[in-house]
Amino acid sequence: MSAGKNLQQSIPSEVNEIAAPLQEVIDQALHDAVNRCGASSAEADASLTQGSSLTVRLGEIETIEHNRDKSLSLTVYFDKKSGSASTSDMSAEAIRNTVDAACSIARFTAEDDCGGLADADQMAQQLPDLDLWHPWNPDTDTARELALECEEVARGAGSAISNSEGATVSSHEGVGIYANTHGFSGTRYGTRHSLSCSVIASDGQAMERDYWYTVARDRSALQTAAEVGRIAGQRTLDRLGSRKIATCQTPVIYEAQVASSLLTHLISAISGGALYRKSSFLLDHKGKKIFPDHINISEQPYLPKALGSAAFDNEGVATRQRSIIKDGVLMDYVLSSYSARKLGVQTTGNAGGVHNLMIEHGSSDLPALMKQMGTGLLVTELIGFGINNVTGDYSRGAAGFWVENGEIQYPVSEITVAGNLLDIFQSFVEVGNDLDNRGNTITGSILVEKMTVAGE
Amino acid sequence: MSEIMQQARQRLLEPTALGDRELEKLMSQLMSNQVDYADIYFQYSRHESWSLEEGKVKSGSHNIDQGVGIRAISGEKTGFAYSDDLVLPALEQAATTAKAIASSGSDRQVPVTLKSGSSEALYPAIDPVTTLEDKAKIDLLESVEAEARKQDVRVSQVMASLSSVQDIVLIAASDGTLAADIRPLVRLNVTVIVDDNGSREQGTAGGGGRFGLTVFTDTDQALQYARDAVQQALIKLEAKAPPAGMMPVVLGHGWPGILLHEAIGHGLEGDFNRKGTSAFSGRIGERVASSLCTVVDDATIAGRRGSLTIDDEGTAGQNTVLIENGILKGYMQDKMNARLMGMAATGNGRRESYSHLPMPRMTNTYMLAGESDPEEIIASVEKGLYAVNFGGGQVDITSGKFVFTSSEAYMIENGKVTYPVKGATLIGSGPEVLTQVSMVGNDLELDHGVGVCGKDGQSVPVGVGQPTLKIDELTVGGTEV
Repeated sequence: MSAGKNLQQSIPSEVNEIAAPLQEVIDQALHDAVNRCGASSAEADASLTQGSSLTVRLGEIETIEHNRDKSLSLTVYFDKKSGSASTSDMSAEAIRNTVDAACSIARFTAEDDCGGLADADQMAQQLPDLDLWHPWNPDTDTARELALECEEVARGAGSAISNSEGATVSSHEGVGIYANTHGFSGTRYGTRHSLSCSVIASDGQAMERDYWYTVARDRSALQTAAEVGRIAGQRTLDRLGSRKIATCQTPVIYEAQVASSLLTHLISAISGGALYRKSSFLLDHKGKKIFPDHINISEQPYLPKALGSAAFDNEGVATRQRSIIKDGVLMDYVLSSYSARKLGVQTTGNAGGVHNLMIEHGSSDLPALMKQMGTGLLVTELIGFGINNVTGDYSRGAAGFWVENGEIQYPVSEITVAGNLLDIFQSFVEVGNDLDNRGNTITGSILVEKMTVAGE
Repeated sequence: MSEIMQQARQRLLEPTALGDRELEKLMSQLMSNQVDYADIYFQYSRHESWSLEEGKVKSGSHNIDQGVGIRAISGEKTGFAYSDDLVLPALEQAATTAKAIASSGSDRQVPVTLKSGSSEALYPAIDPVTTLEDKAKIDLLESVEAEARKQDVRVSQVMASLSSVQDIVLIAASDGTLAADIRPLVRLNVTVIVDDNGSREQGTAGGGGRFGLTVFTDTDQALQYARDAVQQALIKLEAKAPPAGMMPVVLGHGWPGILLHEAIGHGLEGDFNRKGTSAFSGRIGERVASSLCTVVDDATIAGRRGSLTIDDEGTAGQNTVLIENGILKGYMQDKMNARLMGMAATGNGRRESYSHLPMPRMTNTYMLAGESDPEEIIASVEKGLYAVNFGGGQVDITSGKFVFTSSEAYMIENGKVTYPVKGATLIGSGPEVLTQVSMVGNDLELDHGVGVCGKDGQSVPVGVGQPTLKIDELTVGGTEV
């Protein structure tokens, strides 16, 4: 059953060593589901993630954690009925029990016309190497030295730095196989390394904390320990002396690392599950203009070394480079095969989410955006989850800086920013070129024309 | 040997022929480096869930996760490794990895003798998955959806889910602790979408606790959740824009106690206070709330979602006073932070699973009842917000700034509740907000059993509660200036 279509995948030999036993587990599960239990079709995913992380705090090692997580998950179909099960134990007996558990559930679930595997003709045909495998595995001394340097630089950023939450170096690698009874079997693999630091500043009255981190597939793409420490220290110092501002309506800049959240809300609202349940404020908005003309947002799954890159989605469907917002118009939704069938269209290769969501940016850096804004709020941190996906109503806690004449005046905290996401999207004035590429959503800072800020 | 210990041994130790001798030997090996404390945490966890939408239970899933986590502590240093294999060689390898945190001492093995104590169980040692036939689970979800649809023709979608978890844990520690717990946990959730000529809203209700699923079939509770969800959604359809700015806020009883969890609970966890990173650090004995406020973290209420017979370090669950008549009394501690601070462990050492490190976490956090009549509290407000239901919340431990987001709220004008307003985030400062409490109701209620608390990427079930209370001034993050 494995590699039924003989997909050519050039896989690093280390990955193959990890993948081989996973493939056996999957083969057993699928074979068992079909041949012993009589499932009409089935799909399985087996994965192994391993690595370690080391944290230093106040110049000493605080924790060393070693991780190794494996799991098998399986969905079986008996015509239009389905059941799922998963296990962390991959012994032959546990696999058999997992298949039984999934089949037992399928006896009680209702028939679902839209269920089943993604259509066979949607399976990825090519699995290019996306250059995601760059193992590092730093030994304890290497990791400790990096973390120590990072924390030391952060703590030395200014005399007001009074305490530390530490600096962490982590390095992980993951291999997973997804296969189904169409004969599709694809291996995904990638490494992920990071260095982060968080320190605390005090002015005798109040304490403030901030942090910085760098993350990449390849350790050579990480910011240096000194750079991470320097930024963490400076960001923390900058927040000291924060105050509330008066309740007002004002332009707002979302700094790049919080601006990505606005695009995440967009994706939630155009995702198949929210659409077929009619629980999205962007229901029936395909083809409509929801952003200003100059906004373009695309999905780019094949970027080498990027954190969100993948050649196939959670159902084996080929991912695609595509435009989601073009000249402000919503071009397409974000669908799995199930939600696509519910809506009477084809899957967009997004079972499990989007892959490298990118917004086109202008030529302004953050200082230029502040100049353009003149007077307003620069938001650098958001807390809370005040988003209503059904109505688009938005209200979140915020911290950042008050800006006048394009210059930062003082830090602010204990305020909220609120509006409706439809209005917020339509008032995107400019996207900065200060891209934050540390996640699956890549954006620069975003200037929004007007929001309500609640404070004093 | 208690029945719980016997069952835990059967599930976790006997299949791989592990006994006390092997555990004691492993513990001695762990302690051979300059280790101050070590523990071994065995866990078997089984989770089943069913979900309904569009009138049908279309999907169900079953998950089994088991493994053992091994931790070694030397001073303030922690080494941690785990294995999902319960055989002795895998345990020995994890132990070697974990104890590398400490400088190696002599080859001398430190003898450890394990002794099992017993605590009175706060919940039955059952597997809730088996407390109802699968067919009956489907019927239950279908009856919930029928009840929701019956409420109003504008109900356009009903999503309901039912989940049951059995957790079996066994803990052996270098201080001689040998303890086991069997923890059932069930939850039923209903979400409805209402559609009034294209104007849509959502309502959610649910609950559960540490008991079997028959609670939902023997009582009207599940159907009540369906009615509550519909009512909430219909009210939101009528809601106007919420106000922006500082104003008096009256919080309803029960789940709005999420205020306490965010504003003060996290800030009183031992780890942040040992490190001096909490806005409450070094403030024991100081006034942090009005004298009307007494707040506890209570793991000992039978059957509650946040309750624990023993915590994940084997310490018996306790009722810990955090704030008494406005004065800060104590922190919530796990063993490591208690030892480093020279305090007693309070039974708050919790972990998401064997593959996570324990840390101080809340259980059921609530404020004791006061004397005011809730109606009198509302009548005292000239213009303000009355918030009765909430989504989630979050806190910055260090600055003390916290938020929680209302999902059902009303304006109060001239002492009367006038009209519903849309959800808005409320933001305040943890060390200050309770000093603004001017009235506390006589109507203490605990939430229905839906809380999930996240910290450092680890999720654990918790409870909250409070009586109706009035905060003289809090920032409401609406849009209406």
